[in-house]
Amino acid sequence: MAFRQSFAARALSAAVGLGAALGIGFTTPAAHAEQDASKGIEEYRKMMAADPFSNPGLLAIDAGEALWKKARGTKNVSLETCDLGKGPGVLAGAVAEMPRYFADADKVMDVERRIVWCMENIQGLDTKDIVKKAFSGAGQDNSEMEVLATYVSAQSNGMPLKPQLSHPKEKEAFDIGEALFFTRAGPFDFSCQTCHSVSGTRIRLQELPDLSKPGKEAQLAVATWPAYRVSTNSMKTMQHRMADCYRQMRMPKVGFGSDAVTALVTYLIKQAEGGKVEVPALKR
Amino acid sequence: MKKFIVAAALCALVAPAATAGGVSPETLQKVFASSWKEPNAKNPEGAKPDWASRLVQDNLQKACSQTHNNVDKDLAAEIQAAAKASVKYPEDGKLIGDWKKGEKIAQDGAGLRYNDKVDAPSGGNCYACHQIDKKELAYGTIGPSLAEYGKLRDFKEDAIKAAYEKIYNAHAVVPCSNMPRFGAQGILTIEQIKDVTALLMDKESPVNK
Repeated sequence: MAFRQSFAARALSAAVGLGAALGIGFTTPAAHAEQDASKGIEEYRKMMAADPFSNPGLLAIDAGEALWKKARGTKNVSLETCDLGKGPGVLAGAVAEMPRYFADADKVMDVERRIVWCMENIQGLDTKDIVKKAFSGAGQDNSEMEVLATYVSAQSNGMPLKPQLSHPKEKEAFDIGEALFFTRAGPFDFSCQTCHSVSGTRIRLQELPDLSKPGKEAQLAVATWPAYRVSTNSMKTMQHRMADCYRQMRMPKVGFGSDAVTALVTYLIKQAEGGKVEVPALKR
Repeated sequence: MKKFIVAAALCALVAPAATAGGVSPETLQKVFASSWKEPNAKNPEGAKPDWASRLVQDNLQKACSQTHNNVDKDLAAEIQAAAKASVKYPEDGKLIGDWKKGEKIAQDGAGLRYNDKVDAPSGGNCYACHQIDKKELAYGTIGPSLAEYGKLRDFKEDAIKAAYEKIYNAHAVVPCSNMPRFGAQGILTIEQIKDVTALLMDKESPVNK
């Protein structure tokens, strides 16, 4: 309880600090104002580095751990024997090497797709509703997928992303992901390349990482999901990032854990190779 | 137009599938089909009248995707000519509408997403990528700044026409442009395009103050 209280107080002071930093944006000259939103987030990050317990996303790790260890489904077992690629129950460093090919499913899977597979096959859980509610809405608590993905991803913190491309299906996923990255479609003719191929550009005030080539921008953008989003006050995952980009691109709703999203994530992880996992990060 | 279609088809065959690893169009189409489920009564999300067509690339989209927007000179000329031919003009010939409405359209980022109302008019979301009225600080930088657009062009008649055409179908000016084909794809109506043209080219527009 003492921890909860001190957490709340710290989160509040950090949030006030962010608000103040953002607020300045409306009173300074234009040249400065346009950068203040990202500066505000930067301030917030610095405060969190000084006091890591002020990151509200940390609660998701605890909630995710509890859910991971809870016996559920027709088999009434926990997810603790779920194999994320390094053996049943081995979490340390597993997410840093995903997506990867899983022989038991004969599919390439990212962490979220794999968790769903484990729920269905290890726990005998009906995942229909869980998948339907995978992305928490405004004002809602973090979803089951969000807290579980945050918990297992955090077990790779500090470890470099290691793309898995040796299996033919992993290579195929990468190739499809690369093709999708450049695929223009829908009424707006957008592809991922439209917004993510030139360093230093923005949509409105949101800075855009260049994901069309390997490097620091891709590392920072990709190795930091799931993240706590300040704009929604909730955890958001990589699956959500892909789905929401496709929504803004005016494409129909892409399937959670679908081949397309897995392929794109495989491509992005390759661009971000070597980036250190940092979960839960803080994003706009 | 026919020539362009032939050229695009040819490009699809000849271009060393700029996609590394040589992902075939068939494979891509399969991924599209399995990853974007058909909306139905139980799953109405994404159910727009043109839903299915959004998963099939037209020739322009194919050509620009396969070349990562770097089309060769000949194909660029074909694309440009086809885009120019696609432009429809207002019946009364007046290309300038209401800049105040144009500013609202430029600010509005809604429309055509699966969570937007089907019949609601779309915005142009111009500020997402362009600086326009300098008073708006929250502008993007994917496209060039359009501040003082009309003033810099002396409000000339041909510049008004060029702006209208650029908004209607940007590929008439820059083949494989990043900019949506607001008129040719039916995103904005002719009236709306006139309003956005006014925002850029009207002497009274704050863009030119």
